Amino acid sequence: MAVPGSASEVMVGPPASQVGFLGWMRRNLFSNIWNTLLTVACLYLLVMLVPPAFDWLILKAVWSEAPPETCRAAEGACWAFIREKHRVILFGRYPFDEHWRPLLGICILLTMVMVSCFRRFWRPWIALIWVGGLFGFFALMWGGDIAVNYRTVAVLAGIAVLGVSFSRRAIASNLRSLFLGIAALLLILGIGGGSVLRGLDSLLGFVGAGPIFAGLDGVLFSIPLGLSYVPTSLWGGLPLTLLLSIVGIVVAFPVAILLALGRRSNMPLIRTVCIAYIELIRGVPLISLLFVASFLLPLFLPRGVEINDLARAQVAIILFSAAYLAEVIRGGLQAIPRGQFEAADALGLGYWQKMGKIVLPQAITIVIPPIVNTFIGLFKDTSLVSIVSLTDLLLATKDIAIADVNWRSFYAEGYIFVALIYFVFCFFMSKYSQYLETQFETGRRRRR
Amino acid sequence: MGGIAVAEPVRASGRTQAAGAWWNDRRFRAILYQVLFLAAVIAFGWLLVSNTIENLRARGLKSGFDFLESRSGIPISDSVIPWSDNDTFGRAYLVGILNTIRVGVLGIIFATILGTLIGIARLSPNWLIAKLASGYVEAIRNVPLLLQLILIYSFVRTALPEQLDPLVIGGGFYLSKSGLLFPLLNLLPEHYVTAGVLLASIVATVLYNLWAKQRHYRTGVSPPRLAPSLALLILPAVIVFVVLGAPASFDVATKERFRFVGGGAVAPEFLTILTGLVIYTAAFIAEIVRSGILAVSHGQTEAASALGLPRGKILRLVLLPQALRVIIPPMTSQYLNLVKNSSLATVVGYPEVVAIEQITMNQTSRALECILLIMIVYLTISLSISFAMNVYNKRLALKER
Repeated sequence: MAVPGSASEVMVGPPASQVGFLGWMRRNLFSNIWNTLLTVACLYLLVMLVPPAFDWLILKAVWSEAPPETCRAAEGACWAFIREKHRVILFGRYPFDEHWRPLLGICILLTMVMVSCFRRFWRPWIALIWVGGLFGFFALMWGGDIAVNYRTVAVLAGIAVLGVSFSRRAIASNLRSLFLGIAALLLILGIGGGSVLRGLDSLLGFVGAGPIFAGLDGVLFSIPLGLSYVPTSLWGGLPLTLLLSIVGIVVAFPVAILLALGRRSNMPLIRTVCIAYIELIRGVPLISLLFVASFLLPLFLPRGVEINDLARAQVAIILFSAAYLAEVIRGGLQAIPRGQFEAADALGLGYWQKMGKIVLPQAITIVIPPIVNTFIGLFKDTSLVSIVSLTDLLLATKDIAIADVNWRSFYAEGYIFVALIYFVFCFFMSKYSQYLETQFETGRRRRR
Repeated sequence: MGGIAVAEPVRASGRTQAAGAWWNDRRFRAILYQVLFLAAVIAFGWLLVSNTIENLRARGLKSGFDFLESRSGIPISDSVIPWSDNDTFGRAYLVGILNTIRVGVLGIIFATILGTLIGIARLSPNWLIAKLASGYVEAIRNVPLLLQLILIYSFVRTALPEQLDPLVIGGGFYLSKSGLLFPLLNLLPEHYVTAGVLLASIVATVLYNLWAKQRHYRTGVSPPRLAPSLALLILPAVIVFVVLGAPASFDVATKERFRFVGGGAVAPEFLTILTGLVIYTAAFIAEIVRSGILAVSHGQTEAASALGLPRGKILRLVLLPQALRVIIPPMTSQYLNLVKNSSLATVVGYPEVVAIEQITMNQTSRALECILLIMIVYLTISLSISFAMNVYNKRLALKER
């Protein structure tokens, strides 16, 4: 028998209804009448919805390979449809026997992205991995012979000069602008191609010299890859979606930095043009930009210059994401305390040194999580290219897999499968973005 | 070191003295760079225009907006204003704009309601409802809207019952493959009178509140506002309506042999795009509402109750104004996104401005003009929404002295 006030009485624990599972339920589900009502309503909803959905999705579904008739007889979902069509959904119209190439291409792209997710790899040399990876991807997807002409040489040389001009030790800083200029010229030549050559020749024509540069046009030599040539019009499915979004954000990034700097510049003309560009692009839907790219871009280009459908859509996506990224980066620039700018000025740094060495590294670090979120949005938005008839993941499902007369009634399974692919990508990216946010939370920043 | 020089004049003059030469002067450089930049922009623009003119001429394409006057022949099933095949492309454009505005306005209203509910549900102490709400947000946010729209539309077109055998929701609402039927109120003169009274009482309520505010500022005594406002708003209209005999008859859709007659109808395309936009945008609004509520620190609530404010006043005077300040800017961009996303209605065949102009483009091959017309609409809508929200936001913003 316990004496009042003795240890054995004081040590009595809380009643069973307050701890453990029961206590948890009491606190979180049935704390008052209102909560109890809500819980009961939710439970009722779940009971109504979950068992039938579970039945349809899993228990009564057709999982094995089966003809459409079996599926029609079954009460559940027809995963046989996915078994039959998953390669078409994933790779679109790409030649069936060559599917290993886009598969390998996806692996390359995903490896690049995953490597870039680790903070310890955030070093300048990661750019080399990206250039190499993209080169490998395109070589795999295109196949055929790699024709080496002046444009290839110019682009490679341009990238090399660009790399050299950014390496700190290799070059005196006062020569850097010269190198940057050379790199820009080489890249313009490589990307512009024949029209640049013709322009140079017409310049020579003014001073009376004959056309020299036109002679450059032509294949110097070609490297056979041993793979059959697949034109971009046959690319499709997941590789296309990944390509459009990844290249979209990577190419848009430097443009976005310039736009963001321009928007915060003290020079009224440059500021006005940047603001006009950003607001114009953000004010219209992506679909109208895709229309511009697919219907008007051919009109804007000089006669004789052709650009394929994939590149057109890619241009639209780059222009689009540059405007959104620019706003994200501007947010980062605004978060940098004024003292940082003033300290850089006090050190006598020039504009680009101040921005490149002091401000941008801090600003971009702050906005990496929102940049990842922008990328998620862009990844989802690439599905819009299906409206201008590019066979991305969505259109491959809709127009090739589901369009098959035998399987037409199983559209839900097809769309659920694609939705799952999108979901997995976006979900992990958003978790990654949240992880980064906690990583960068250094305590000095206030919670927004 | 070449670079864009930006600095205040004070520092610039200091530099000039040190460097000596006029070409190192920052003001000179700033002007030079801007002139070069402008020249580049103009050259680029000129290149585009000249290329376009040359290409149009080479392909024998006409340009100009004269096609807006000609007969279109587009079959539009769903229009706010009367429409026939004989109407012009210009009127089709107007139909498209009105349809865009219709889906935008309704979408914003419903998405705000649903999003706010889900956002509050995510913060609920009830574990089950919080998890359900966060499951909803994750599932919807991570799947492209276009895919959701196509899925909903396929569902509406195949899984819903046939028109003559609709799903009876009750109260005169029927759902079928050909859309939603709902009862319409037959408008009588009494209704117009009631509406007039209601309008007058709205004005009176606003005036009363202004007076109450003035009096509060002048004397420090706050006259009761909520109860008189509600009374002023509702009572006169109700009294007038009852005195007039409360006549109300509804035009309910009734089944005849081959179709339903009467009532109002919502086309399945409109139903799809509205549902899709509301479900999608609500997930984003929920996150905004949640973070807005979380942004107000708990100390504010405690401080307010320490001052002796009752719960309702804490919510109205302390929490809500601060949360709204965080909520409004991202909410604006969600509203803009919703309006821009309504352009995806073109894939389900809802005749909004993009769909109409796409058809016009195919019929007249005036791509440049049609795309310009699309962009003008969205730019106007975007700029006016963001202008309105900026004005509202300024009123809420922290008054710093």
